[in-house]
Amino acid sequence: MPSDSLVVAKGLTKRFGDFVAVDNIDFEVRSGEAFGFLGPNGAGKSSTMRIIGATSPASDGFIEVLGLDPEFHGSEIRQRLGVVPQEDNLDPELPVDANLIIYGRYFGLSRSLIKERIEELLAFAQLSDRAKDKVDSLSGGMKRRLTIARSLINQPDLLLLDEPTTGLDPQARHLLWDRLYRLKQDGVTLIITTHYMDEAEQLCDRLVVMDGGKIVAEGSPAALIQKHSPREVVEVRFPVGVQEGVVNRLEDLGSRIEALPDRVLLYTDDGDRAAEEIHKRGLFPETILTRRSTLEDVFLKLTGRTLVD
Amino acid sequence: MTTVRHAMTYFESSARRYRYVFRGSMFASFLNPILFLSAMGLGLGQLVDQQTGEAVIDTFSYVTYLAPGLMATTAMSTGASDSSWPVVAGLKWLKTYHGVLATPLTVGGLVLGHVAFVFTRVLFVSLVYGLVAVAFGALELPRALLAILPAGLTGLAFGAAVMGFSSYLDRDVGLANLFRFGITPMFLFSGAFFPITQLPEFIQPLAIATPLWHGVELTRAAGLGVSTSWHPVLHVLVLAAFTVIGLSVARRKMTMRLIS
Repeated sequence: MPSDSLVVAKGLTKRFGDFVAVDNIDFEVRSGEAFGFLGPNGAGKSSTMRIIGATSPASDGFIEVLGLDPEFHGSEIRQRLGVVPQEDNLDPELPVDANLIIYGRYFGLSRSLIKERIEELLAFAQLSDRAKDKVDSLSGGMKRRLTIARSLINQPDLLLLDEPTTGLDPQARHLLWDRLYRLKQDGVTLIITTHYMDEAEQLCDRLVVMDGGKIVAEGSPAALIQKHSPREVVEVRFPVGVQEGVVNRLEDLGSRIEALPDRVLLYTDDGDRAAEEIHKRGLFPETILTRRSTLEDVFLKLTGRTLVD
Repeated sequence: MTTVRHAMTYFESSARRYRYVFRGSMFASFLNPILFLSAMGLGLGQLVDQQTGEAVIDTFSYVTYLAPGLMATTAMSTGASDSSWPVVAGLKWLKTYHGVLATPLTVGGLVLGHVAFVFTRVLFVSLVYGLVAVAFGALELPRALLAILPAGLTGLAFGAAVMGFSSYLDRDVGLANLFRFGITPMFLFSGAFFPITQLPEFIQPLAIATPLWHGVELTRAAGLGVSTSWHPVLHVLVLAAFTVIGLSVARRKMTMRLIS
């Protein structure tokens, strides 16, 4: 195993009874990178995260975290991890600073060291003026930032973030991304699960797309887009009832065409030319929008449009 | 060894946490004995004493007979409540236990540390109870202080057993039932208010099967200098058994829920 890999998994599998949550996956997370697990709900992202976090034993396969087997060295691994769970599990009855003090003590840190770090961490999380307030009184975004601050109390080598911005408003998300980006700049290795494509594109150097417990694609966001989707997407919207009759006349305009209930998507390397061609053919859609391909297009292509509940 | 170290860490955190939330429970610690000793001991007790009470409860006035029994029931309810809602909250409602398990701490350390802290709190509550009972003239020093230890064991047994019970729960209906069908009947019928020989004979074994009866027996023996129904070691063993079984059930079930 190369010395700069913090996590190595081969044939990793997690079963809950008959249900296979993680199905024979391989991946490797290198020191200093931001690595993403992208996938719809139920894809197996959180299960994988919990295995890495040494709070869920693998059913099968090989996994090594920080050079150790999580099944037998859970405590030692967790000593060097920071974990931001999907749901905040702060103590709502305690003030902000007490949450950090108590958490720091779990890691065996001295009180004086914790005091020092709390000051830095609260500044980092932009919560310095809320140190004595009860967690109950914080907004969702503040709680999230406090959870991230808490996960950094032991200066972890590896930070696990399970859907860090789910449920936050755009302002709070951008602030969080900024904080996470700074951590990355400081050399902290990040593992992030998300179903937000913009988040993955913003933060991840490399990512894997998971679906039904399997890895269906991997690479950098740019490489994934290049590999799985032409450069541009033309979104064509026809008046109600017209689309069904004309969709077959658009088929040759893109390398792939997708007819949704309310619009047609044309995947092509030259969106403007496709749009022109539509007009030349005497079709008059209500709107035509040409945009760049995004990770979202790749994601939907790979994991399908079926709603997962 | 690691488990003990983790338990000490968790114990310390619980104590630190308690500093922020103690006000309500401290008030209850003082107020409860005052209310109960006034109403049951002095109010009801005078009637009991005027009738034939003394024939059943040796030569003690009713308030004196009652005081150690109430010390044990208070220990029970402290132990039971500290291991009920807070435990389900940690597992399910607030998921704070998941946060604890994301650190080097282990389930064993968490369970042991929690129960150790409950034990400490029960000892403190019993101490307050003993002092209030002395102020009421119901108990005398130093026996009032001697009773704290068996009361503490009673609270420990309930703290551990109820933690085992709570580790199975997701909703508070189970807890409401525990208090409705478990704790409250025990409170009334396990010998704190009257000797269980007053119960119909076929019900007496039921009272003997409860940990509270053994706790009351020991606490009353220590507080009043009377003898216990069984050999004291047997009473201690019953409480110890509830403690050990509660701890191991809690550890097993919580491991299943937190490390899965």
